[in-house]
Amino acid sequence: METEDQTLVQDCLTENLDPAPIKDEYAPVIFSQETVSHIVSIDMMSGQQDLENILRARATGKGVLTSPFKLLKSNHLGVVLTFAVYNKDLPPDAIPEQRTEATVGYLGASYDVPSLVEKLLHQLASKQTIVVNVYDTTNASAPISMYGTDITDTGLLHVSSLDFGDPLRKHEMHCRFKQKPPLPWMAINASVGVLVITLLVGHIFHAAICRIAKVENDCREMMELKARAEAADVAKSQFLATVSHEIRTPMNGVLGMLKMLMDTDLDAIQRDYAETAHASGKDLISLINEVLDQAKIESGRLELEDVPFDLRNLLDSILSLSSDKSNDKGIESAVYVSDRVPEVVVGDPGRFRQIITNLVGNSIKFTQDKGHIFVSVHLVDEMKGTSDVGDKVLQQGLNLVQDMSSKTYNTLSGFPVVDRWRSWENFKMLNGKDAKDDPEKIRLLVTVEDTGVGIRLDAQDQIFTPFVQADSSTSRHYGGTGIGLSISKHLVELMHGEIGFASEPGVGSTFSFTGAFGKGEVSSLDSKWKQYDPVVSEFQGLGALIIDNRSIRAEVTKYHLRRLGISVDITSSLESACTYVSSIFTTSAFAHLAMILIDKDVWNQETVLQLRSLLEQHRKNCKLNVSTNLPKIFLLGTSMSPVERSKLKTSGFVDNVLMKPLRLSVLIACFQEALGRTKGKVRGKKMSTLGSLLREKRILVVDDNKVNRRVAEGALKKYGAIVTCVERGHDALNKLKPPHTFDACFMDLQMPEMDGFEATRQIRSAESEVNEKLASGEVSIEMYGNVSHWHIPILAMTADVIQATYEKCLKCGMDDYVSKPFEEEQLYLAVARFFESGL
Amino acid sequence: MDVVNQLQRQFIDYSASLHREGFLDDQFTQLQKLQDDNSPDFVVEVASLFFEDCEKLINNMARALEQQQGVDFRQVDASVHQLKGSSSSIGAMRVKDVCVAFRSFCEAQNREGCLRCLQQVTHEYSLLKNKLQTLFRQQILAAGGSIPVVE
Repeated sequence: METEDQTLVQDCLTENLDPAPIKDEYAPVIFSQETVSHIVSIDMMSGQQDLENILRARATGKGVLTSPFKLLKSNHLGVVLTFAVYNKDLPPDAIPEQRTEATVGYLGASYDVPSLVEKLLHQLASKQTIVVNVYDTTNASAPISMYGTDITDTGLLHVSSLDFGDPLRKHEMHCRFKQKPPLPWMAINASVGVLVITLLVGHIFHAAICRIAKVENDCREMMELKARAEAADVAKSQFLATVSHEIRTPMNGVLGMLKMLMDTDLDAIQRDYAETAHASGKDLISLINEVLDQAKIESGRLELEDVPFDLRNLLDSILSLSSDKSNDKGIESAVYVSDRVPEVVVGDPGRFRQIITNLVGNSIKFTQDKGHIFVSVHLVDEMKGTSDVGDKVLQQGLNLVQDMSSKTYNTLSGFPVVDRWRSWENFKMLNGKDAKDDPEKIRLLVTVEDTGVGIRLDAQDQIFTPFVQADSSTSRHYGGTGIGLSISKHLVELMHGEIGFASEPGVGSTFSFTGAFGKGEVSSLDSKWKQYDPVVSEFQGLGALIIDNRSIRAEVTKYHLRRLGISVDITSSLESACTYVSSIFTTSAFAHLAMILIDKDVWNQETVLQLRSLLEQHRKNCKLNVSTNLPKIFLLGTSMSPVERSKLKTSGFVDNVLMKPLRLSVLIACFQEALGRTKGKVRGKKMSTLGSLLREKRILVVDDNKVNRRVAEGALKKYGAIVTCVERGHDALNKLKPPHTFDACFMDLQMPEMDGFEATRQIRSAESEVNEKLASGEVSIEMYGNVSHWHIPILAMTADVIQATYEKCLKCGMDDYVSKPFEEEQLYLAVARFFESGL
Repeated sequence: MDVVNQLQRQFIDYSASLHREGFLDDQFTQLQKLQDDNSPDFVVEVASLFFEDCEKLINNMARALEQQQGVDFRQVDASVHQLKGSSSSIGAMRVKDVCVAFRSFCEAQNREGCLRCLQQVTHEYSLLKNKLQTLFRQQILAAGGSIPVVE
């Protein structure tokens, strides 16, 4: 349809309309709704559109719509829907003429599209600012806009089709937002926020997991490294131990060879070389032993023995071993053991010796050419009551007093020392904090005091760390590896003790340690410790006078003399000694005075002569027998050349010169000599010692081999033994059936018929039978030679000296074994266990 | 007396060579030390005992090893052990060393090895016997002065 000008009639008033022209047909509006009452009597066929509409409606019998045109009165665009009304029901296939024929009228309705739209969409449009466009899209390429403003394309077009009922025409409604939809900030923000949060949370989880994984990795790595480090440590210790062990064996060979070399004929230079080599070798061995000890300690394999030993003898021997070095340096050394320390204690003498040797060795190393090294042993209990310290040495240690006139201190050598109380001030044992106060244990406190160079303050913390020395230059200057103190500390701790020190550079160092020991019986001592008992009592009751200007030193000498049972008086100068001696002339004290010991420091030739003459005068005055012995005069010195010594002795001023540090054995020998009580030859080489052990002893030798018998017999006879030889185990049994007069038996192990083990077993069972009978009183003791307990020492002779054999020997009742052929040193050691010496 | 000195020196040299060559070891020296006025012939006595013992043992061993039907190695071992003991008592080092090897062959029950060792032992023993007899003859000759004991 062509778009005609739809503006039909401007005004709507009926009056302004022309009357209809003359036509064949008219379609006037007869009835109308009030709203469109203005179209009454208007010929609907006058408008072109309407006309077409009516004609079509009449022809098709369906509702027909016009294309949009401006309506009367309102001038809105609208469409008219026209229905034809028929006077009869027409069949659906009726031709248009029939329909035209049947038409009686028309029914029409106008749709005012704008008001329709507005009224319908009023609410929506006003709220949402929706732009609505209605189009007649019958002609798709040229849509006729029926309502709506110009299009602003904001997107989001919604197209709905309108059906007014006419199939021929199509109407569409386009709805769109007036404004472009704003960006949904809320949603965006929310989603962004959620996204961010999710990301963050995810990140946190991720980081946590990563961290856990990393930590686990690290932990695993650390475990591995730790295992490796531990393995390395163990391997190092094992390596050290193995290597040290391997080094020890050939080293011992070297030392043995050197010893044998020194036994041969050497001139002085050669002997000097050999001795130097030997000393170096011994140092090396002791170093290796230290390293081995360290390894043992680290692996916790160190165990302490529990044997009874004599403390005083042990200390004597330690000090005398190091006396060479200290005397060479001009250092005075002394040992003092408090009276309250018992004679015998139970512990590990070897390790105890090791600790003290280490401390004393350090002192010697670090003390140059003056002063002293003083070892003192007290009971811990003595320290606890500080107010009433009975022991003189302790008292001296309490306060260091300087003598202004001579610029010396009241110490052993006169040189200042560190306050010894500081070295044990942190000990729990002494502060009473030690909870386990075992009354069965003896707790000893050992102090080693020296006047050496001291330890630098900044190095003092590391002293007990192994392989660390006070200074990097220490090893260079002083030697050593720095293990000694660490080992000592461990050993002290194994003895349930503590170790500490106080040191001042330039003054000296004092090391102290405590240890717990068991109580021991004198009778339980191993024979090697008992060497001096029979001899000690011979000096009991004698008196001595010590002249020494240093009180501590005098106390030390007094201690040694008291061990021999000699009562001691002390004076501090020769003059006062003279006075003292004169004062006791008439008392019994003088009768007992057997010796006067003068320290080199107070030695004055004239005054000594005076003393001597005083004594002689007294003898004359009292008309005493000339043979009455005057007190012997001894000089106590530290470092004296042999020349000096012999000069003094031969000059007649003194009866003998005693070298410090004092040793009981030396004292005994000197006193014996001086007082004329020598019972036998002084202990010389081992030969005479073995001789003294075996002299007059009846020994049975059992061996099936003639040669062996003869050789053994010859060897034993040389030492003065009375030897009987038998060939068979049976013969030995017969000979050794109690009562018999044999003192010992050397038994070969491998014999036909009855071997050494079996023979020993039978001998022992025979002996125990007899012992039982004696104990129960079944037989009298006279029948068995007045011996109440039969146990003859049986020593095995064997070329096979392995541990298993030794154990087998012990199991069947043997006491020891010696190797075949006899070796002098071993023989001595074995025999010394059973025979007393010097009888 | 010069002759005596010479003889003494000869004795010392010969003794030293025996030691050097390994025929005798330190134990023999010890035995010599044991000889003194109380037992002036100690060393000779012991040596004679040793030779007697040695011969007896070697015969035992030879007889035992000759057994065609089954050698009693235990018996051989016992004899070797005895020989080892006496040779070490007198200081016959080389004899002793052969005995050590002999023992291991006995333990391994190796007849061939044992026979070889027996041969060696016999050889060493006769060598030693000759040397010692020479030594003692020289000792007697040199007895004009005091017998120097080689340290």
